[in-house]
Amino acid sequence: MIGLENIEKQFGDLTVLKGVTLTMEEGSVTALVGPSGGGKSTLLRCINLLEIPTSGAVRIGEDRLEFRPGQRVPTAAVQRLRRQTGMVFQNFQLFPHRTAIENVMEGLTTVLKWPENRARERAMSLLEKVGMAHKADAWPATLSGGQQQRVAIARALAPSPRVLLCDEPTSALDPELAQEVVDVLSDLAREGTTMVMATHDLRLASTIAREAVFLDAGVVVEKGPAQKLFSDPEHERTKRFIATLTHEMVSDGEAI
Amino acid sequence: MPHWVQLMLDSLGPLLYAALMFSAPLTLLSFAFGLTLGLIVALIRLFAPAPIVAIARFYVWIIRGTPLLVQLFLIFYGLPSVGIVLDAFPAALIGFTLNVGAYTSEIIRAVISSVPKGQWEAAYSIGMSWSQAMRRTILPQAARVAVPPLSNTFISLVKDTSLAAAITVPELFQAAQRIVATTYEPLILYIEAALIYLALSSILSQLQVRLERRLGRYGGFIEARS
Repeated sequence: MIGLENIEKQFGDLTVLKGVTLTMEEGSVTALVGPSGGGKSTLLRCINLLEIPTSGAVRIGEDRLEFRPGQRVPTAAVQRLRRQTGMVFQNFQLFPHRTAIENVMEGLTTVLKWPENRARERAMSLLEKVGMAHKADAWPATLSGGQQQRVAIARALAPSPRVLLCDEPTSALDPELAQEVVDVLSDLAREGTTMVMATHDLRLASTIAREAVFLDAGVVVEKGPAQKLFSDPEHERTKRFIATLTHEMVSDGEAI
Repeated sequence: MPHWVQLMLDSLGPLLYAALMFSAPLTLLSFAFGLTLGLIVALIRLFAPAPIVAIARFYVWIIRGTPLLVQLFLIFYGLPSVGIVLDAFPAALIGFTLNVGAYTSEIIRAVISSVPKGQWEAAYSIGMSWSQAMRRTILPQAARVAVPPLSNTFISLVKDTSLAAAITVPELFQAAQRIVATTYEPLILYIEAALIYLALSSILSQLQVRLERRLGRYGGFIEARS
């Protein structure tokens, strides 16, 4: 239901994505892994068009948008596609001038024009889901990183997106706080939320993702079931990368 | 009662009247219009196509680079030569508005740029349009940072309105001059005028502190902490 067709992305002279084609099924959880600068974040941001691909096509559900070099896409079309996605950022990006619950309500009241009461009800049930109902009226600045990220997940889910995009959702958190975010995300995965996440947190990827894609230098090196890709990768490049991640985790004193 | 106290008490009425009827409206109106103009100019300089940006920059360059008093004289005494005749108060209002607009546009431009790019992305990611993101996410955060520098402009403006005396607006300072002309007591009268300006700007400084507290209740950008 999410289709990326031959996505290319250039920043000036630098080509970050070199023709990436991927399909993600409804209800699937896909991890994009790979070295920094390999293009996983950019690819993720191409799905909700925070980055406009230089060329290629993005499809979510029945909506499909094609991109050609030097051609502007209409803002309305970008917004329509984007509104089918929700995104969780590495550094949370909660709105600091709104309380936790107002953050979650924002998309409902401002974008979808829901009445205040209905939005508050839905926001509250989402905060309950991520275990943050008791902090509904707290300012983001008073919350821990893990708490902020859980509120951010609720905010992203509020408009019922077809896919939840997570850009390194645990990278800014220490292991303990990362765990509470991993827990919330794995609950969502169990409930059938379609997710795509860019991550180099092997714990996150291996607990939650069923599919994995290894990206390096802007191309898909290998893709397949997550278990297989993490434990028995085919390509030499993938093997080396997984080995360094595993090594990091062992030296951090953690087991996989 | 000493003579100087009596004189100050006698002139307090006319001075406060002038402050209330002319200085205060001139300050408030030109700040309100100027702030609106400043916001528009700031948005142009940040987001508009190059030719329009050039016009906005030209405006800021002219206003900031020439003395306020000269601008007021040009508007009030100069423009009649090309057929534009304005009353003193509207002339002063236009002059001060243009000034406030130029200075605040620079402040507003800076504070809008100071909101982290991630906030735009977060707003877009929940489906907001550019104008929704601007209104709901960027401007409220920019406003908080803008309070101290904008208050500076506002307090300067209260005092600068005394320049309107030079183009015949009967505001506080001109009222003091008029009383001096009949009493020959410049020291006492000008001290009294100065004290009234001092009181006004002190009140405004207090309001600034309150406004900052109110806007700052959420604790600022969280980026710094994470």
